[in-house]
Parts: sequence; C-alpha cells; structure tokens
Amino acid sequence: MDIVIAVQQRFGHISDEAVGAMAEALGIHAVEIEDMVSFYAFFDREPRGRNRIRLSKTPISFMKGSSEVARAFEQALGIAVGQTTADGMFTVEWTSDIGLADQEPAALINGIALVNLTPADAPLILAALRQAGETGALPAYPPHAAEAALLPRSIIRSSLVQSGPLLSGSPVRAEGLKAALALTPEAVIEEITTSKLRGRGGAGFPTGMKWRLTRKATGVEHYIACNADEGEPGTFKDRLLLLEFPDLVFDGMTVAGYALGAREGLLYLRGEYAYMWDDLQRVLQDRRSAGLLGDKICGKAGFNFDIRVQLGAGAYICGEESSLLESLEGKRGSPRDRPPFPTERGYLGQPTAIDNVETLVCATRIMEKGAAWFTGLGTKESTGTKLMCVSGDCERPGVYETPFGITINQLLDLVGAPDARYVQFSGPSGQAIAPKDFGRRIAYEDLSTGGSTMIFGPQRDVLDIALQFADFFVDETCGWCAPCRIGTVLLKQGMEKVVAGRATLADLASTEALANTVVRMSRCGLGQTAPNPILTTMRSFPELYEARLAAAPFEPLVTLDDALREAVEVQGREPVKEGA
Amino acid sequence: MAAEAFSFTIDGIEVEATKGQSVLEACDAAGIYIPRLCHHPDLAPSGTCRVCTCKINGRNSAACVTPAAHGMVIENDTPLLTADRRALIEMLFVEGNHPCPYCVASGDCELQALGYRLGMVAPTQPYQWPDRKIDATHPDIYLDRDRCILCSRCIEASRMEDGKSVFGFEGRGIAMRLNVDAAGGLGDTQMAAIDKAASVCPVACIVIKRHSYQIPNGARRFDKAPIGTEIETKRVGHKP
Repeated sequence: MDIVIAVQQRFGHISDEAVGAMAEALGIHAVEIEDMVSFYAFFDREPRGRNRIRLSKTPISFMKGSSEVARAFEQALGIAVGQTTADGMFTVEWTSDIGLADQEPAALINGIALVNLTPADAPLILAALRQAGETGALPAYPPHAAEAALLPRSIIRSSLVQSGPLLSGSPVRAEGLKAALALTPEAVIEEITTSKLRGRGGAGFPTGMKWRLTRKATGVEHYIACNADEGEPGTFKDRLLLLEFPDLVFDGMTVAGYALGAREGLLYLRGEYAYMWDDLQRVLQDRRSAGLLGDKICGKAGFNFDIRVQLGAGAYICGEESSLLESLEGKRGSPRDRPPFPTERGYLGQPTAIDNVETLVCATRIMEKGAAWFTGLGTKESTGTKLMCVSGDCERPGVYETPFGITINQLLDLVGAPDARYVQFSGPSGQAIAPKDFGRRIAYEDLSTGGSTMIFGPQRDVLDIALQFADFFVDETCGWCAPCRIGTVLLKQGMEKVVAGRATLADLASTEALANTVVRMSRCGLGQTAPNPILTTMRSFPELYEARLAAAPFEPLVTLDDALREAVEVQGREPVKEGA
Repeated sequence: MAAEAFSFTIDGIEVEATKGQSVLEACDAAGIYIPRLCHHPDLAPSGTCRVCTCKINGRNSAACVTPAAHGMVIENDTPLLTADRRALIEMLFVEGNHPCPYCVASGDCELQALGYRLGMVAPTQPYQWPDRKIDATHPDIYLDRDRCILCSRCIEASRMEDGKSVFGFEGRGIAMRLNVDAAGGLGDTQMAAIDKAASVCPVACIVIKRHSYQIPNGARRFDKAPIGTEIETKRVGHKP
C-alpha cells in the first residue's frame, strides 16, 4: 500500500511501467498489483491533473451549496466535474463523504481539507494553487501544514460542541495507560468487561469479550488494529478525536496492546484524513521519546509495543473490519468470510482485535477512572456516553457527547432542530426515522448507532435523499459478491424511477423484494445494510412513496423518448407524433 | 486415524460430516444438493456468488465457506431461499450480456442450468447492457467477458493449480472486470489450453477455440438432467 501511495504521489498516476516495476521488485504478478490498485478511488491508472480537487458529495453538502461551488470551479477552469484541464494542472471530481458534514461544502484539495466553501472561493483557491505550483514540484502527499496555510478555508473548526465525562477536564497523556500497567493484562480485560464497554462503531460487540478472545487465541503475534476508516456519511467524531485527543487514542491502543500481549498496533487511517499524517507522526514520536512507546513502556519490563499508521486510499468498505485487514495487508479491500473471526485469524493470519477510535478512547478513560465510573453513565446495557455527530438542518452542527438513553427528541432540542422532518440515523447504513419515532432512545437496547445523525427539515425531498444514499452504495460496493455488486445498482435504478414519479405499485413491490434479497444474501455488513435507505424510508414515510406513484398500472423503465434518443440524433429529426 | 465424525441436520435430514468439511462438502457427500454457482469442487471456495446461502442456525451464511459443525440446524430447500437464489441468478443475467439461444455454452452452462432449476422464466430486472471487451489474442483460447460472472474460479485455478496467476480482478463494484496478466491480452500470458484455469469457467467466458460444437445442442450435460442431479443420485435411497 505504501509503495503504491508513493508511486501515485511521485508520478501522479500508476503507469503500466510502474506496475511492471513493482511486480518485479516484489516478485508478484502484474495482474495482482492491478487488482489492488484499481480498487482504490485515490489511485489512478491514467495521468490526471497535478492538482486534485475532490468535492464532497453527500445530501448534506448539496443542501449547503456544493453544486454551486462545483459550478464555480467548472466555470473558472472551463471543464466539467470529472475532467482534467488541457494543461494538466487541475482535475475536479466528486468524492464520497470526507468526514466534514458539520462544515460543508467541503473539499479535499491535494489531500488538504477545505471547509465552508462558497463559489467565490474557487478562483482564490485556483490562484493559490497556480502560485504554489510554480516551483514545478508535485504537491506533497500526505500534505504538510505549510501547504495548507497557502489555501483559503483550510482551517477546520473544532467540531466539539458539547463534551461530557469522556472528553471534558483536559485529559492527561498516559494517565489511563499508567493505571493499566499497574494491573495484570488479565485484570485490564476484567476491568473493561466490568465496564460493559461495547464497540462504538455501531455494531456494539462487547470490547472485553473481544480482547479476551484475542488474548486467548494462539498465534505467533497478536495485534491491535484501530479502525480510523471513518467512512459512514455524516460521521466525523474520529476526525475530532484524532485531531484533538490523539493521545487518548494511542493510550487506548497501548492499553489494548498490553492486555492482548501485542507488540504492534496498527492505526488504519482513511485516505481522506491524510492531512493528519504529520501531526499523528509527531505525537507518536513524542510518545517514543517519553517512553510511552518502544521497549519497556513506562519502565514495565517485558512490555514492548509500537504503533504504525497505515494510510488508506479511498474506500468506504475498508471500515468493515475484515476488509480493513485485507487493506492493511496491501490487498484490495474485499471482506473475508467468517469464521474464522479476526480475534482468531486477523492481520497476517494472527489474532487481532479491531476497535473503533472512540472505543479505544473509552478504554483509556475507563482505565483512568474505573469501571464503576463508566457503568454509572448511560443505561443498563449501554454504559458510558456516545459521541453523536450531528449535521444538516440544525442550528449547531457538530459532535455532542451525550449519555446513552436520551431520545432523538432530546438530541434535536440540544442541536436546535425544532422542525426536523426526517433523521437519517447512524448513516445511510442505519435507518430513516420519522417524527413519530423521535421518542425512541439512543442506546444498544433501542437505536444503536455509530454516531452519524443527519437532520432534514420539511423543505427537503426525503425520496431524493434516499436515492442519493442508494447512489453512495453503488460507488462504494466492493463488487466481490453478486447481490451487493448488482443489487445496489438495480436498487438505485428502481429508486430513480420512484423519484421521477414513474414507479407503479408493482415497481415498488419489486424494489422492496430486491432490497430484502440483497439484505439476506450479501456477504458483509455493507450489502446487508445498503438497502436500508430505501427499506427504512418505505417503512417510515409510506405516504411519500404513495404520493409519488404513477397512475398507470405499468410504466416501462425507459420512456419512448429516451429509447429513441440515439436514433433521433443519428437521423437529425424528431419522430412524427401521432395525430400531429 | 479416522477423522472425527459428527452430524448436523439439513431440512430435517441428518448428515454425517468430518472435521474440516464445509457444510456444502458434507451435503454433497451425503447426496443433498445445495444450489451453488461459483464453487468448484477442486478449488478453494471464494464465496462470490452467494447462491449456496442457507439458513444455518438461524442466520444466513454461504454453505461453501461455513465449516460444518456438530448439531447445526440448516434450512436449504425453502421457498424463501429458492426465491432469493433465483433473484441472484436473475441479477447475474442482467448484469452481463447472456444470449443463451446462440451461446456456445448453452446446455453446458451452470448459470443457465441454475436458472432452469430455480424456476427463472425471464429476468424481472432491467438489463444493464454493459460494454465489455472480448480478448481473442490467444491462439487457442478466447475470453468473452460479456458472459463473465466474476466467480473467481479461473483466478484461483491459475494461481493455485497452474501456478501462473494469469487472471485477476480489476476495478471495483459494478465496474469490476476479469483482467489478465499482460497488457497485450491473454496471448501474451503464460496461459495454455490444458491449464486448469481453462476448464473451470461455469459459463462461456473462457472458451477453447475450435472445440465449440463437438457435442451438439440437446446432448449436453444439462440437456440430459438438471444441475445437481449428479449429487442427488448419490443419496442413499434416491429415486430418480
């Protein structure tokens, strides 16, 4: 992975020659390199522009004006989105959510995050890029802070609006780690188990059990992997944690490393967060100097542990834990079949615990403050607090640390969204919630979540948003298994017909049946949840579907005019209409 | 030493299995057919098609990649699973370009045979008409990607059986294609017509040239008996 990233950065694309050279140097086949390279959105097989402008494509970004920003870039450069300028200087393209839903419209320009863009920013950004490019060197990747400083709108506002017990009181580096090292590894796992901490990515697997299974599994090595591939649209809490509380994350990884008997920890950082690279490396270096990484950590004989950051390259699926492992191993990020589970055979076939960034931060604080502190928060089955990422039609978007058990209504009051009509809860892979269900509780017992909360007001078209989410899954399905690869495309087409007002009752039934097949037959969580935007809007907003139905008992997929368009173009005349 | 034997039930029938067998392998040996497409008995399972998905202990899992375990309760031949499998076959039909009536593999094609077995009449989903490239650069073999269902059999066979890694995937999602290990096409790879990879294709994507109509239509494998029959005849007490 790192080799391909370096080639992409140096030459701007991965040429056939580069593939051949890598294959030879690594002693593998070119087809195997192409297999991997062609999988990731951030790798190119053809030369593209020296400057890469990637605009965030989400329902939220469109609501906030990303179309206008895109048009401003198109006009300034004389190209359409997806194209490269003739001088090879710029490529403008859309990209899936980049983890800045609270500061849209946002973009990644040569890996640098720009936020709250307006159309007026486009010429300024282009001028700055032209000036920076005069040295002739390709922009650095991962980008450096000095380059970001040259661009307008490159300062990301802190997303933390409300902190709670987890993040308040300026946590001190290594407090939790030192507390853990005073215990035996078994006692650390016991403490985590007692705290009833569950995975914060949304699935909610008990962390103590995961660590115990991993520790017990036999292997030459044990690994802790931190899942920082925060790709679920509308989520940005891991960005906040890594930018503002990196020590809590690394403390958590080190605590886990100690508990599991691991010598190496891997932080899988999504390619969209490459701009954090320098800062994270600096923190790791600091920690090495302070004796918090390396040999004999905090003077504890026999505990040697270090952390490596692996940068991804644009693939939502890599947030799925087994795909993440494949990607960590330098392959295409296709999921694995389970069993065996990663706790038995994970990274390089060795027992591996994969934990969400927020989960590890919780573990750090539990070590510091004790399991009883944690179980005193939240509900019986959902202890502690949750970082909720709120975006869309509300007054104060951002990250809110709230105890488990609050209702959607309470959250909406907190963020200033009195007239919310629709909440997309836990991202597109989660569920669409209508006002009648705003009394439901945020907890593993009721609505479990990874944190993404997208709010839509009465002026929004729910079905069009569902279509946009369906389109997201078409872009992000890995393609390995048939139901997800093909089903996501067919579902999107079905939804297009609905939004166009051309779907009949039979079409709706067929789309729903297909959606359920994709849920039941797909290999991994992506396919099993990809139909959710359609299925849950059907359930929560049946009246909207009904209102959009075509009156006819049958409507063809393609209209006659569309079907004839090619022939009309060739002939250069319109068909004679009946009765004309 | 005999391998450890145990048993599970599938649709109420008790099946003996040994450690290391997948659910699918154990059922095959017992003469119980679980519809499958990407699986090939000589190759490691890849789980790409999901047709062999069964309800195993209450959860849907692909039988080819699920290790058999003692006491498992499995549902296989149910109306819902049959409908889901048929939907999968339909999806594969509309994803590629499959002109059964004049395809060289007609009657010998596992995709077509599964369509018949699972009761598919005509796809209810829209055809995608993808643009896919034919590769005729090899003197003895041609690749017709229109028919490719991305099962990964040839990739696995070439890597593990032939030791050549002639094939791989390229792209992701609906844009995924079968790729070969040479920019100039199959003719520039080490592929040979006698390779295992040349004989495992379930459809007519990998075709040996000049051999196409040696067995006439009507006298081919699945013209004689539905797919799966070869497994079901192994069952004790099977009545044709």
